[in-house]
Amino acid sequence: MIGASSPRKEGRAKVLGTAIYTDDKFMPGALHGLTVRSEVPRGILRAIHFGEGIPWGEFTLVTAADIPGTNLVASVVDDQPFLIGIGEEITHSQQAVLLLAHADRHLAEKARRAVRLEIEELPAVLDIQSSLDLQPLIYGADNLLKEIRIAKGDPDPVWAQAAHVIEGEYRTGAQEQMYIEPNAMLSVVEPKNGVLQVTVWGSLQCPYYVHGALKQLFGLPEKQVRVVAMEMGGAFGGKEDYPSVNGGHAALLAWKSAKPVRLIYDREEDLACTTKRHPSRTRLRTAFAEDGTLLALEADFILDGGAYATLSPVVLSRGAVHAASVYRCPHVRIHARAVATNTPPPGAFRGFGAPQSLFAMERHMDICARKLGLDAVELRRKNFLRMGDTMATGQVIREDLDLAGLMDRALTAIGYRDKRAAFALTNPEDGPIKRGVGFSVFMHGCGFTGNGESHVASVAGVEGLADGTVAVLAASTEMGQGKNTVFAQIVAEALQLPVDLVDTAPVDTDRVPNSGPTVASRSTMMVGRILEDAAIGFKQALVQQDFLAEPYTPETFQAAVAKAVATLGSLRCYGQYHRPPGLQWNDVTYQGDAYPTYSWACYAAEVAVDLDTCEVKVADFVAVQEVGRVVNPTLAAGQIEGGVAQGIGWGLWEEVTMQRGRMINNQMTNYIIPTSVDLPRIQVIFLENAHAGGPGGAKGIGELPMDGPAPAVVNALENALGTLRLDEVPMTPDRLLERCEEVTHG
Amino acid sequence: MRGYLPDFDVHVPASLGEALDLMAQRPGIFTPLAGGTDLMVVYNAGRLKPTCFLDLSRLAELRGIEEDATSLCFGALTTFTELRECRAVHQHFPNLVKSARATGALAIQNRGTLAGNIANASPAADTPPSLLAYGAELELVSPRGLRRVAYDQFHRGYKSMDLAADELLTRILVPKPAGRGFHYFRKVGTRQAQAISKTCLAAYARIEEGCVAELRIGLGSVAPAPVRARNAEAALLGQPLASLPVAAAREALLADMSPIDDIRATAHYRSVVTRNLLGQMLRELASL
Amino acid sequence: MADRIDLTLTVNGADHRVSVPPFARLLDVLREDLRLTGTKEGCGEGECGACTVLLNGQVVNSCLVPAVQAQGAVVVTVEGLADGERLSSLQAAFLAHNGAQCGFCTPGMLLSATDLINRCPNPSDDQIRDGLAGNLCRCTGYAKILDAVHTAAADTGAPR
Repeated sequence: MIGASSPRKEGRAKVLGTAIYTDDKFMPGALHGLTVRSEVPRGILRAIHFGEGIPWGEFTLVTAADIPGTNLVASVVDDQPFLIGIGEEITHSQQAVLLLAHADRHLAEKARRAVRLEIEELPAVLDIQSSLDLQPLIYGADNLLKEIRIAKGDPDPVWAQAAHVIEGEYRTGAQEQMYIEPNAMLSVVEPKNGVLQVTVWGSLQCPYYVHGALKQLFGLPEKQVRVVAMEMGGAFGGKEDYPSVNGGHAALLAWKSAKPVRLIYDREEDLACTTKRHPSRTRLRTAFAEDGTLLALEADFILDGGAYATLSPVVLSRGAVHAASVYRCPHVRIHARAVATNTPPPGAFRGFGAPQSLFAMERHMDICARKLGLDAVELRRKNFLRMGDTMATGQVIREDLDLAGLMDRALTAIGYRDKRAAFALTNPEDGPIKRGVGFSVFMHGCGFTGNGESHVASVAGVEGLADGTVAVLAASTEMGQGKNTVFAQIVAEALQLPVDLVDTAPVDTDRVPNSGPTVASRSTMMVGRILEDAAIGFKQALVQQDFLAEPYTPETFQAAVAKAVATLGSLRCYGQYHRPPGLQWNDVTYQGDAYPTYSWACYAAEVAVDLDTCEVKVADFVAVQEVGRVVNPTLAAGQIEGGVAQGIGWGLWEEVTMQRGRMINNQMTNYIIPTSVDLPRIQVIFLENAHAGGPGGAKGIGELPMDGPAPAVVNALENALGTLRLDEVPMTPDRLLERCEEVTHG
Repeated sequence: MRGYLPDFDVHVPASLGEALDLMAQRPGIFTPLAGGTDLMVVYNAGRLKPTCFLDLSRLAELRGIEEDATSLCFGALTTFTELRECRAVHQHFPNLVKSARATGALAIQNRGTLAGNIANASPAADTPPSLLAYGAELELVSPRGLRRVAYDQFHRGYKSMDLAADELLTRILVPKPAGRGFHYFRKVGTRQAQAISKTCLAAYARIEEGCVAELRIGLGSVAPAPVRARNAEAALLGQPLASLPVAAAREALLADMSPIDDIRATAHYRSVVTRNLLGQMLRELASL
Repeated sequence: MADRIDLTLTVNGADHRVSVPPFARLLDVLREDLRLTGTKEGCGEGECGACTVLLNGQVVNSCLVPAVQAQGAVVVTVEGLADGERLSSLQAAFLAHNGAQCGFCTPGMLLSATDLINRCPNPSDDQIRDGLAGNLCRCTGYAKILDAVHTAAADTGAPR
């Protein structure tokens, strides 16, 4: 079962068009909810005016004053209100002020436009530098949402002694997840057995995040809140933290109206107001010995965290830990800050801070190689982490890590040496097309950073059903990554059953325990491992209670389960996360095992640049990764290919254009993700290396492919075009033209 | 969907005559609708003023491609897909085939029409540069009669056209090039497919005795409407292929453009890249 | 101004009569009036292709089609592709190759691919890319979709 390409569990419903996504769920009598937003980046809300010509009496209206519990979205830091009240401060352009609902969705839209907000505008902070300069102060005492320092050794004495010190500054832009299904929520709030019951169905990654947010919003105990994850049309982190906001909004309208409410964002709204990847600025300083040995590294890593902390502290944490990347370095200092700006809060997006800091480091290594007169391959080879080495956090590499082998495999697969030699001959010729090949080497920490897993203490289980089949009980959600299938394979493997006898229970907080959020490349490795334990416990329970005798066949097993369920009424077995022995982490000093393990990779890209238009075509792409044991090769390859596509998009085209703190290209026509003709075939190569942590030796793979493409593509651009200021993504044609002109115009 | 449905009505005339009568009776009331690929976007976004649509899609009089010895005549409702698939278009107007392929993707090409692409008057439309390059003429009909307008005289500014409130664009006539022709079309979009143009250059040249005997260049996305590059044309007309004044033509092209910064590209990018496209076109022309 | 107009159309082989606002969209008629929710709305501007259906045999973005223009038309949606429980060869190939990940682009993608194979029974990679360029997918990077279309084309084209 593990290692087989079992077909996707919910695949049949998806190809038939019968899978029920949130907006597909029929709810008779439902109202259509809409959100009125501030549109100015900062100010004081003075009044809400309701325009003429709208039958306002027919509308359900919710303002901050209506909120029954706490007007703060439960998150890492509870600083974001669900709604801004009169007299309160608006801190970004998409701040929700008023919720309205009506049975006629067209009239609701007309009403939304008839509302006028009276806002006393205040000066706003719209970029990283203004925030650092406290121009003006908008958050806390210093505009910092979070600050982290990681130290190893002492770089200071090294700068003066080293043969070479090289500095660089790198920037990355915001990126939209662009799941094809926009954010969507349904809610019903009604009395049940004499107490208020809040139910939300939605497109959401983390049912228990939304559950926690609703408890706090309504001031209700756990049992009176229910969250159900519907089929999800993609997420990529974009439905990790935001659903706590729109889930709360839907529930407020349902509560106030005492009717079912649909809160379905259209694309324009989704793009304008939901979370994005954090923009970043990274300054790196590295010291090298004459032979290219890395002696010291200093990183100043800054994320634009937007108006509220939301997930920025943990995004920053992952970005900071990944800042030193895959290199051995005795002296490291990492200073990481998430700064507040008056922009809609960014949030989770595949990679979660790591793509930003890894882009900087992998561009920097190529630039260092050039400045040192060394080959980029050999400079990396000399400095790679190996077994026994210590990372910046003091974590010791305990696995037999062979990054050089990984790199060589990727370079061979793309024909790196031959292409470099060929392009060196062809590029100087006349003609607008210049070609290049480049690569990046990187890692991605599996699971939460530091003590995250211990804090969540995830629970997952298996349940016997009346027909003798087995259901997986976990709050982990299916967003297209293949969780339903992989979990079934893991449980089937543990029970020695065909995968057809295992399926997933609906992800409904009334039914499944909190297996933690579906994020951080943790589901297969962390929840899968718990499920493996639960499955073994389940089998032992069947044996101990004499329902099952070993050895068994699938038929005798199924009969045993059916009999047990008939006899006992129900049969469930749960497992819980236990910190593996030997792992240690200090949240204050940022020292210890930042992650239980890492996935490792080398990605190589070939590009063709048309100097007439500065358009870049990625002509070939190789993704080599070591991700432990691959549970389902077809699904895993699909994850890698999709992540690479997103990474190439971030590197070349995907730009969030802001004006006065507002995204102005908030249409699919104007935010450019790759189509089928914009991407090459991606060669995906897995190097398996069974690791003890995950089920059957699996590691996480979901985010890894987001980290490597942008630096690989930009490194290839430098190979094609020579020395340009290629320090930023996306390297759009406009930006590339500018950089080319810097050289030609001096 | 942000359009307010009660604000919109639709009439479906059964004949061209009925359509013209309706427009004459209530001039300025109707918004002609063909494939809807532009109008529906604005409607969905809630940015369309209340109106009554005049659905022309069932008017057989506006369909079909007719060919005679000297020209092709496209009914207003000719779709991009029909352009792509028509043998005579491939034979005489390869730029139009490329324009049609470059417009949206297949679902748009199946619905979008040539007349709609013209009358929507977007500066970024993909067929107008080719129509300009081929010297197209438009046939405009109203109850007052029929008139023909050279396409390069039709656009008067941003979304402003030589089209009266009671007139419909019924046919597009394109003369077949004679002699040894050179065709060039390139659109630079925001990506390789399903993209809006950042700049577009289409050209047709007739070569006689090694010289540029006739030349028209159409530009998209670099002015308030699709435009002829008359200055660049003038710099090149009559010149021998062996020594085309490339630098002078590129310089002259600056006077043909008035690009702006927008979400898709900067004015600078448009200006530089359009000149580069001209350069590429001239390289190809010189190598004939 | 008419409050509602009556339309008749054939969807997946069945005749339907609906009464809708004059300028309703075909997409809403399918999803709301006929409750065929397999057709998705991803952008409302003809960009993503999630609402793709066949209208009189041609792929269209149903979010850009005024329902009035579908009067008397024959429409095929994703719900009309299978023969009862039997998946079409494209549906089967999408399942086998993991061509559907989150599945939200899948209905539109299947219809564009069905149309492609009808027009071009043995498509190359480039022809498939061109045929599917109006259907955005954010999960797959398109590779598994290309594989699925090749497999389905080979199945469909096999001698019978």
